[in-house]
Amino acid sequence: MSFTIADLKKGERGIITDISSDAIPLKLLEMGCLPGNVVELIQVAPFSDPMYLDINGSHLAIRKETAELILIEKTLDE
Amino acid sequence: MSKQINVALIGNPNTGKTSVFNALTGLNQKVGNYPGITVEKKEGVCKLPRGVKAHIIDLPGTYSLNASSIDENVVIELLLNKNDKDYPDVAVLISDVENLKRNLLLFTQIKDLKIPTILVINMADRMNRKGISLNIPVLEQKLNTSIALISTRKNEGIQRLKDLINNYKELSLEPCLDTSTIDVDYFERLKKAFPNQDLFKLWLVITHDVNFGKMTRQELDFSEFKTKSHSDLKRLQQKETIKRYQFINEVLKEGQTVDVSKATGYRERLDIILTHKVWGYVIFFVILLTIFQAIYDWASVPMDFIDASFASLSDWVKVTFSPGVFTDLLAEGIIAGIGGIVIFIPQIAFLFLFISVLEESGYMSRVVFLMDRIMRRFGLSGKSVVPLISGTACAIPAIMATRNIENWKERLITILVTPFTTCSARLPVYLIIIALVIPEGRFLGLSYQALTLMLLYLIGFGMAVFSAYILDKILKTKSKSFFIIEMPSYKIPLFKNVAITVIEKTKTFIFEAGKIILAISIILWVLASYGPGKQFNNAETIISAEYQNLNKIDLEDKIAAHKLEYSYIGIIGKTIEPAIKPLGYDWKIGIALITSFAAREVFIGTLATIYSVGSSDVEQEETIKQKMAAEVYPNGNKIFTLASGISLLLFYAFAMQCMSTLAIVKRETNSWKWPLIQLFVMTFIAYVVALIAFQLLK
Ligand SMILES: Nc1nc2c(ncn2[C@@H]2O[C@H](COP(=O)(O)OP(=O)(O)OP(=O)(O)O)[C@@H](O)[C@H]2O)c(=O)[nH]1
Ligand SMILES: [Mg+2]
Repeated sequence: MSFTIADLKKGERGIITDISSDAIPLKLLEMGCLPGNVVELIQVAPFSDPMYLDINGSHLAIRKETAELILIEKTLDE
Repeated sequence: MSKQINVALIGNPNTGKTSVFNALTGLNQKVGNYPGITVEKKEGVCKLPRGVKAHIIDLPGTYSLNASSIDENVVIELLLNKNDKDYPDVAVLISDVENLKRNLLLFTQIKDLKIPTILVINMADRMNRKGISLNIPVLEQKLNTSIALISTRKNEGIQRLKDLINNYKELSLEPCLDTSTIDVDYFERLKKAFPNQDLFKLWLVITHDVNFGKMTRQELDFSEFKTKSHSDLKRLQQKETIKRYQFINEVLKEGQTVDVSKATGYRERLDIILTHKVWGYVIFFVILLTIFQAIYDWASVPMDFIDASFASLSDWVKVTFSPGVFTDLLAEGIIAGIGGIVIFIPQIAFLFLFISVLEESGYMSRVVFLMDRIMRRFGLSGKSVVPLISGTACAIPAIMATRNIENWKERLITILVTPFTTCSARLPVYLIIIALVIPEGRFLGLSYQALTLMLLYLIGFGMAVFSAYILDKILKTKSKSFFIIEMPSYKIPLFKNVAITVIEKTKTFIFEAGKIILAISIILWVLASYGPGKQFNNAETIISAEYQNLNKIDLEDKIAAHKLEYSYIGIIGKTIEPAIKPLGYDWKIGIALITSFAAREVFIGTLATIYSVGSSDVEQEETIKQKMAAEVYPNGNKIFTLASGISLLLFYAFAMQCMSTLAIVKRETNSWKWPLIQLFVMTFIAYVVALIAFQLLK
């Protein structure tokens, strides 16, 4: 089963596996959202939207609709 | 012989470009801990040894050379156009030591444009706290450039940067990445078609064209290369980005070590509370209340002082200069008018102080995060919150601040509704009218007057949001919607940066307003002191004949009033009176309304001038407020009553009375359509609401 960033819970991490959706803005990739990089969900606003993430050391917030496009593999640390 | 070189400061948002700019040029451009403080090109000069003059250009931040918002576009347009007079001889790439990896992406792109590039690693003072150590020689060698490790906060490393700029000719022009490897075939064809052009540049122009869709300076015909579909191109851009990051990771593996165990930070702890689902909003609300309290309450002490000083200045002028019309103009028109603005310095300064602290601390991005979903309901973006908050100071910088909103529709709506927020120019009008018509007394510990003011702020904000909602439904523009906001680390606001913002902004406000008030006072005074026809010229005989048994003082008053009524300005006022009578205003207020279409804060100055011309000069040292309170209709009824006061307040809350804002909207939307719509729609709303209010209350 495949997960997206939107499936992360607060404090959970994942590794980005796929970013091929056309709707993912290039800017996000340029900020470090690339396959192989670690993403952690730091905080969510009400209704999980937007989501405050740490992607590869960049702290940024994106809307849920974008987060749903980025496939990840959950990491099972701790 | 002095030589001039162009130096462009380029870098990701919020890395300290403007701080470096200020350090190099000694200027005081606005700095803040929010991505997107600088939204347009700013220029300054830095003198270097050997008579070299460096022309420094501060640019908006950008994450890459693929622009996705207007402010970023400024950078790309400059770098792609060799003929631009500001085209840099040397690029200074400012990076933030905490985000070096991401910052280097842009570095590799600039370097691939074959512009000599110096790498500045800023915020060196934060390295220890984050457990970062750098091997500069290795980095210099791997990146093939010269590096200056600096801290603008501690003022360290600036001299080295200057030396590097001075020796820019020694920089290597070797690119970091061979772009053509991402699609050998495609680039081979490009090269054949344009043998004289730089490949990477061609590539940027092509992709830029596709993404921005509004290129104008096309000398080259790319039509055959746009055959690649949008998503093919995008895939290539992805590939390019991945390659660049591979290169960067390679470099940093040897050049940088991060010891996470040494890293300390209050980011995590603060974010848990400040962006919390409940507490985040509570805290935001408390902050807004505090700002409000400061503006209304704390500012009153210095305000009383200023009020008293201007009253005595005015008296002094009257006593010192020989009595006459000019002394009147000076004492009661100009000084009173300017005093009517100067008195708001404390409040405006408080407002700028708070906004600037919010920005400098890094809190503003958190507000954007908290508000995005709510604002989206109304067709706005979380990023619209910043213009709406800073719009309480002034709509002009607020509208400029919309430039970092990626989505055109959200940006347009934000621009259109921002003028509804209660800007500082409305304050003078609000406060004086509130003091005149709202009774004293308290409700739940808050005075009615303070509550009224708070209500006016809420009405302004509510109207902005409400019209955004309507506009969202009406406007058909389709545009890709996406939203990314960086959350900068928290910083303790630097006193100097905050002080500069407060002083500069307040100064501009006062001088700009002062100029207009001065000009309008003089024009008004002339128009009020002369008039056509018998009624004006024979006022004395007419009035003396009409009121034969009045004492001398009252008689002079009547004559002055009669003259004013038949002066040029009186005629203008009388002409529009029928239109504003249903709102509860007399023709003198009508004049003030007309003049304040140039700028709202002129209202009081106008009334001061008109009232001073319209009375013989016997009742001394009255403040403008007392004069307004004493104004009556011929039948003895007061002009400023609760009904007409509320009607005026509402008119000012909604009407678009600011030329400068209209000019900025024209510039930002690139057409007269939107500012004209604003002017007419807002003024129409103001008229109708004021009309209803007066008719209900009278
Ligand atoms: N600790 C530390 N903070 C710094 C340093 N230089 C700048 N800052 C802070 O970093 C923040 C951003 O500075 P700016 O100069 O506005 O950055 P900018 O790159 O011009 O930002 P934009 O115009 O928004 O792209 C401000 O809060 C500065 O006070 C530094 O050397 N050390
Ligand atoms: Mg800046």
